[in-house]
Amino acid sequence: MSAVIEAHHDDHDHGPAKGITRWLYTTNHKDIGSMYLWFSFIMFLVGGVMALVIRAELFQPGLQFVEPALFNQMTTNHGLIMVFGAIMPAFVGLANWMVPLMIGAPDMALPRMNNLSFWILPFAFGMLLSTLFMESGGPNFGWTFYAPLSTTYAPDSVTYFIFAVHLAGASSIMGAINIIATILNMRAPGMTLMKMPMFVWTWLITAYLLIAVMPVLAGAVTMMLFDIHFGTSFFDASGGGDPVLFQHVFWFFGHPEVYIMILPAFGIVSHIISTFSRKPLFGYDSMVYATSSIAFLSFIVWAHHMFTVGMPLAGELFFMYATMLIAVPTGVKVFNWVSTMWRGSMTFETPMLFALAFIFLFTIGGFSGLMLAIAPADFQYHDTYFVVAHFHYVLVSGALFSIFGAVYFWLPKWTGHMYNEGLGKLHFWLSFIGVNVAFFPMHFSGLAGMPRRIPDYALQFADFNAWSTVGAFVFGISQLLFLWILVQTIRAGQKATTEVWEGSEGLEWTVPSPAPYHTFAEPPKVA
Amino acid sequence: MMSKLSSIARTVLATLCVFAGAAAVAAEYNMPVGVTDVSREIQELHMTIFWICVVIGVLVFGAMLVSMVLHRKSLGATPATFHESTKLELLWTVIPIVILVVMALPATDVLVKIYDTGGEDMVVEVRGYQWKWQYKYLDEELNEQVSFFSNLATPRGQILGQSEKGENYLLEVDNELVIPTDTKVRFLLTSNDVIHSWWVPDFGLKRDAIPGFINEAWANVKEPGVYRGQCTELCGKDHGFMPVVVRVVPKAEFQQWYAAQLEASATEALAMAN
Repeated sequence: MSAVIEAHHDDHDHGPAKGITRWLYTTNHKDIGSMYLWFSFIMFLVGGVMALVIRAELFQPGLQFVEPALFNQMTTNHGLIMVFGAIMPAFVGLANWMVPLMIGAPDMALPRMNNLSFWILPFAFGMLLSTLFMESGGPNFGWTFYAPLSTTYAPDSVTYFIFAVHLAGASSIMGAINIIATILNMRAPGMTLMKMPMFVWTWLITAYLLIAVMPVLAGAVTMMLFDIHFGTSFFDASGGGDPVLFQHVFWFFGHPEVYIMILPAFGIVSHIISTFSRKPLFGYDSMVYATSSIAFLSFIVWAHHMFTVGMPLAGELFFMYATMLIAVPTGVKVFNWVSTMWRGSMTFETPMLFALAFIFLFTIGGFSGLMLAIAPADFQYHDTYFVVAHFHYVLVSGALFSIFGAVYFWLPKWTGHMYNEGLGKLHFWLSFIGVNVAFFPMHFSGLAGMPRRIPDYALQFADFNAWSTVGAFVFGISQLLFLWILVQTIRAGQKATTEVWEGSEGLEWTVPSPAPYHTFAEPPKVA
Repeated sequence: MMSKLSSIARTVLATLCVFAGAAAVAAEYNMPVGVTDVSREIQELHMTIFWICVVIGVLVFGAMLVSMVLHRKSLGATPATFHESTKLELLWTVIPIVILVVMALPATDVLVKIYDTGGEDMVVEVRGYQWKWQYKYLDEELNEQVSFFSNLATPRGQILGQSEKGENYLLEVDNELVIPTDTKVRFLLTSNDVIHSWWVPDFGLKRDAIPGFINEAWANVKEPGVYRGQCTELCGKDHGFMPVVVRVVPKAEFQQWYAAQLEASATEALAMAN
């Protein structure tokens, strides 16, 4: 393989352009991947600060730091920024870096569109954040922006919010098209679909979900725009419209969206578990089928977010049964990961710690998800902190932990340096403890009756909230350590080998570390 | 290795004891059992599914922990090479489906019961506003008889920390909804502005109040008492400050209260006419 790369070096290879133009004009998948990752990390810190504002206010009963109006802007923007600005772009960044390297392609199939889809994002989120400084304040209607709170009763800045969502959605669709085009057309000879690395498979399926549902979101916000400015009444009951329609349209996008944020994580964890168990992934075929089943089911379960809106009994039963079914393919995946570890030869480097924590905590989030699927019980859980606990277990200790794991796993390939293992483990343990102290008590506050999205609460919830705040600050502050580790590894560190990890498998581990600016100018052969 | 295994067994056992102990001791950590048949059945359902999850969790996490302790490279473990088994895949597809059916059956029963809103003894309309509730008592023809608003009664000073917080901080109102015991009360829920959600945890009753829609729900409370809940759908700035308080009283006491309310509203109507 290295012969191929050397031959390429004699060719028309050139390094990156100098200065700022390298980043503005680049069509290189590695540059764009890095920009996506840095962008998402900045958004993660911005959304994290908002989370800490929320947690500081909720540390004790009573209003201490922020007014309810600002509190609602913080919860809304925390959700929007983390979902659309942190988790999704981070996965796109990982796809940019790793999909071409994993399938033996020289770059993404559509490099110019790749540049565009990234550069839209800073404008989209710049606009979204600018609303916080406007006279009316920013979006304050929750990240789910239910009408008519987000239309008739919205602050004036809602139009900027709508435009920002449109831009972010366009960026996502372009990213998804690019990933599908790359995976379907640019695989190395011999790499059949059922030989693709699991991360590539999960991203292929995720990209189809994105193309299917981002236009639905665009439709929802466009109808809002028309209701607000052009006198239509899609969601306005007094004009013959239907506020519940908004929720159906939103969650038809929203439920696949949550799988968009977790399927690539499944791929990452499959690679890490297999590498550090020094054993091939157990049940590759069934993993592919399970991922596809989850993607299919994600389209027919949306109304389980709406059990309390007053659907007919038949509707409630259908959505309850369909939702419960998701536990089957998800269970298959967890069982396969455990079987991959079984009788392996395990070591516990930082990526493995994050992957193991992912399996533990994502499964706990899965259990609470199964409980939430039970419609009668959901009448008690709905819109309480039990739901907040559930989705933070699957999104923070699920999606985000997989991203941390992926960064530690591939960082030596990107930078050519090993990160500091001791500091990496410290980052893991602080994050692990912080996440659990922050989010586990939320199960209790929810069951005890605390609604979500409230700036102040009754006295019986005080202890749980104090713990959550302590955990959130531990978790938040330990991310500065992560930043320090990243900077340190980029600038210096022990040189990484080509294989990096003892048990590594796959084409990305056949190119030198750091990966040259251009790789696989000639396709490798896959046996 | 055996000592490792037995230490795992002890850890698992200890964890289980902690779980069981926690569940038994601290009712305030759990969903309330409540005071209606529906709320009791929901709580049972919740506990059943919780324990099924605990058992599955112990098995899965147990296997993982055994692997993490025994199959480590530092103990000289050499990796096996097996990587698929159709039998196992089928097994762990079919068994979960069976477990899900076992969960779905009682869940369906409870849901059917919750949806049985007919045969009521009285009807109350619940109307959400930014940021208060309005309660209307309706007669058989659904004509309004008695109507009043229910606002947060907690003084601003308590919220801002200028005075000590009372026992029912944020869960107290000026006018409580009053209903009689042993009576099937049908609630009609709607809203005047944005979407709200009316929740009384002890009744196992939560239903959205949506502008342009009339949702139905019901409760039949056996025990007199004061039951407190909150709006559970983000409805704007003061979403956290519109509690739901229901006072359930014996039938005779209710009749007395209701007669007084009727009289008061008649006097008011007369005063308006003059």
